[in-house]
Amino acid sequence: MTGIVGRKLGMTQVFEGGRLVPVTVIEAQPGFVLEVKTLKKHGYEAAKVGFLEQKKQKLVTKPMKGVFEKAGAKAFYRYVKEFPMGGLQVGETVTLEKFAKGDKVSVSGVSKGKGFQGVMKRHNYSGGPSSHGSMFNRAPGSIGASSYPSRVWKGKALPGHMGSVRVTTKNLHIEDVRVEQNLILVRGSVPGATGTIVEIRKEG
Amino acid sequence: MNLINSIDEGYRREVPAFSVGDTVRIFIKVIEGDKERIQPFEGAVIARKNGGIRETFTVRKISFGVGVERIFPLHSPFIQEIKIVRFGQVRHAKLYYIREKKGKAAKLKERQLVKK
Repeated sequence: MTGIVGRKLGMTQVFEGGRLVPVTVIEAQPGFVLEVKTLKKHGYEAAKVGFLEQKKQKLVTKPMKGVFEKAGAKAFYRYVKEFPMGGLQVGETVTLEKFAKGDKVSVSGVSKGKGFQGVMKRHNYSGGPSSHGSMFNRAPGSIGASSYPSRVWKGKALPGHMGSVRVTTKNLHIEDVRVEQNLILVRGSVPGATGTIVEIRKEG
Repeated sequence: MNLINSIDEGYRREVPAFSVGDTVRIFIKVIEGDKERIQPFEGAVIARKNGGIRETFTVRKISFGVGVERIFPLHSPFIQEIKIVRFGQVRHAKLYYIREKKGKAAKLKERQLVKK
């Protein structure tokens, strides 16, 4: 698996073989390998990589400073993430070069917050008729039977807070990779608002 | 936002400055199987919509007594060339009203480039 962390810049459209396709533009600066986990020592292969430079010194905790200093990093990083990728050395960089046009990727990020929402928006309940004198519009209706179980089942879909959770969109097609600009263009939408930090992962 | 604009710029193509009301002749690349040929389409521009790389324009012509409209993306690579046949003088940004007009009423006044 190959992974990188970037920032969602927004969406646009590009011509692909004469057809306009919608794309999301993600800026992914090179990541710095902080630690390498090996089969021999840790039981699995992975690389701990720091992404997005942290300029505010006071936001870096002392333990994290130790991690960065041990790896010989010149800067501090905001987002440290472990990806199961082997064959890397501490001090190397992870760039978009590992991704190519036509690859399928998964993109994860924190979705847009929707606030407190009812069951129609949050759980796709159908609601009731909106006219013809109906007074049952957006309510959930019955939430269970009576004598058995005499309670509401656990996990029953009810109104509540929606959004602001980690969402993964799978099988996104890479339209273009611009290594020199640190940009990657994936077809379709990606979780989160513009400016959200997203993870791009490619299997194999 | 600037980086997104820079991506859009890469797909932008040179197009002549034409506006709503002008009559244009568009040479469209048509791919049939593995053969490619050029098909012209001539008519009046009745609308220009959206902006940036997404901009489209609508061309209307009367073909064998039937009105035909085609919408083209302005920067589409399928457009070989856009030729301006005639400049028009119109007072609206969208000429949807000519769909209801027939004959002389559907005529567009020509823009005089040099004032008499």
